[in-house]
Amino acid sequence: MRKTYLDNNATTPLHPKVLEAMLPFYKELYGNPSSIHHFGREVSGAIADARHKAADLLGCDVSELYFTSGGTEADNLAVIGTAFANSEKGKHVITSPIEHHAVLEACHFLEKQGYEVTYLPVDSKGFVDPDELKKAIRKDTTVVSIMHINNETGVVQDIPALAKIAKESGVYFHTDAVQSAGKVPINLKEFGVDMLSASAHKINGPKGTGLIYIKKGTRIQRLAHGGSHESGMRAGTENVAGMIGMVKALEISCEMMDSELEKYGRYSSKLWDGLNEKLSDIVLNGPADERRLKNTLNISFKGIESEAILLNLDMLGIGVASGSACSSGSTEPSHVMLAMGVKPEIARGSVRISFGKFTTDEDIEYTLEQLPPVIERLRKMSPVA
Amino acid sequence: MGALGPYNETVMEHFSNPRNMGELDGANAVGDVGNPACGDMMRLYLKIEDGKIADAKFKTFGCGAAIASSSMLTEIIKGMTIEEAKKVTNEQVNEQLGGLPPVKIHCSLMAEEALKAAFENYEKEAAKKAS
Repeated sequence: MRKTYLDNNATTPLHPKVLEAMLPFYKELYGNPSSIHHFGREVSGAIADARHKAADLLGCDVSELYFTSGGTEADNLAVIGTAFANSEKGKHVITSPIEHHAVLEACHFLEKQGYEVTYLPVDSKGFVDPDELKKAIRKDTTVVSIMHINNETGVVQDIPALAKIAKESGVYFHTDAVQSAGKVPINLKEFGVDMLSASAHKINGPKGTGLIYIKKGTRIQRLAHGGSHESGMRAGTENVAGMIGMVKALEISCEMMDSELEKYGRYSSKLWDGLNEKLSDIVLNGPADERRLKNTLNISFKGIESEAILLNLDMLGIGVASGSACSSGSTEPSHVMLAMGVKPEIARGSVRISFGKFTTDEDIEYTLEQLPPVIERLRKMSPVA
Repeated sequence: MGALGPYNETVMEHFSNPRNMGELDGANAVGDVGNPACGDMMRLYLKIEDGKIADAKFKTFGCGAAIASSSMLTEIIKGMTIEEAKKVTNEQVNEQLGGLPPVKIHCSLMAEEALKAAFENYEKEAAKKAS
């Protein structure tokens, strides 16, 4: 059976060149980078080179990048680490209801510790209004966390505008860039954020590796205690192959960025227009214009439930997601859709299609051929279609 | 989750090839349960003749478990007398499906409720005609 992977916001396949770059660190280059002998030194040298490369690609100083075990740890560190370190100033944090669980659950944890969290509303397309942020900032606010590009809808927030407001009020600003770093241009010199989280496996790097940018001078408390790894920010012997792989993936992604963005735009239009020609009553969740990263197409099919669509597509070899992959075990509609005010019965029929570097014209054509009959068959089965 | 995903082979078979799916011409008992906003929804059509379920069909908005449960229910009750069918429970539907994942067992409950609703409507109609 033809295999068609259209769930690249969940994860992506490892790029062969990334694997190639990683392999020596699983074989001959096994030294502990903290060791003084040459076994350790050649590895610590490779990490330093990789860190410099990443800093160049993101436009920051090499001392401002810290590797983590992934996007989740980076998000936790940013939100909890700054809230803890600045609790003398106050115990108020601001975020949005469409964040990834890595931020939302970190905020829930803070609430249990006696912190107060404001969840800014989003409009029907999923945008946070900078004016709402301005209104929400208080004297005791310490950190704002708003994601750059949403994993479910692809909506792109105006991070420079939001970060500027936080800066003017003397509040730290963090952005979860797990779905954007390596996919869209980000220059930290101009972006205006104090912290940014990124992940390797969303851009054809290895799972289990991420990084966080923390601007010099940011008051933050580490969460993993132990040795002085990562300049004391994150204890634990380095995931060397992961770090090397992540930077290689970032490098490849930045090289391919322009052509990939052009491709995503083409695929998104082709699929959306093609589905509209063949089906009625379909809704695009999120913005249709350039304020959406076009690798993501979140569509609701009225009258049917997404799980039934997913199972049918799976039988045809097509992998897509419903809402967020993390919540597919539950039957609740996605928190992102609900925050956007999408009606629950429409939210329950939402399917997320996400393209990646290895998505081909044939994948789009095959999906366009297979998906409409599935929808028609399920609608015949539905009492509400 | 196994190689087949969250469901066993029987459930997937009923989901892929649902039995008795669609509207039923000449149905004289219809049961509607659930609503699409807060969860699954099922409409069960029954044709009752001489106290027996001569035919049964369904339409369902829901997940794989909901569709498979609907399909299995119609298989179980076809040919039964009303008295027999009234004793059918969701446990029976779940059992015949070889067991749904624990989080999905409530989906088989919907099938039982749709059957109850269909009989209630049938009896109401019968009472109206008698009065």
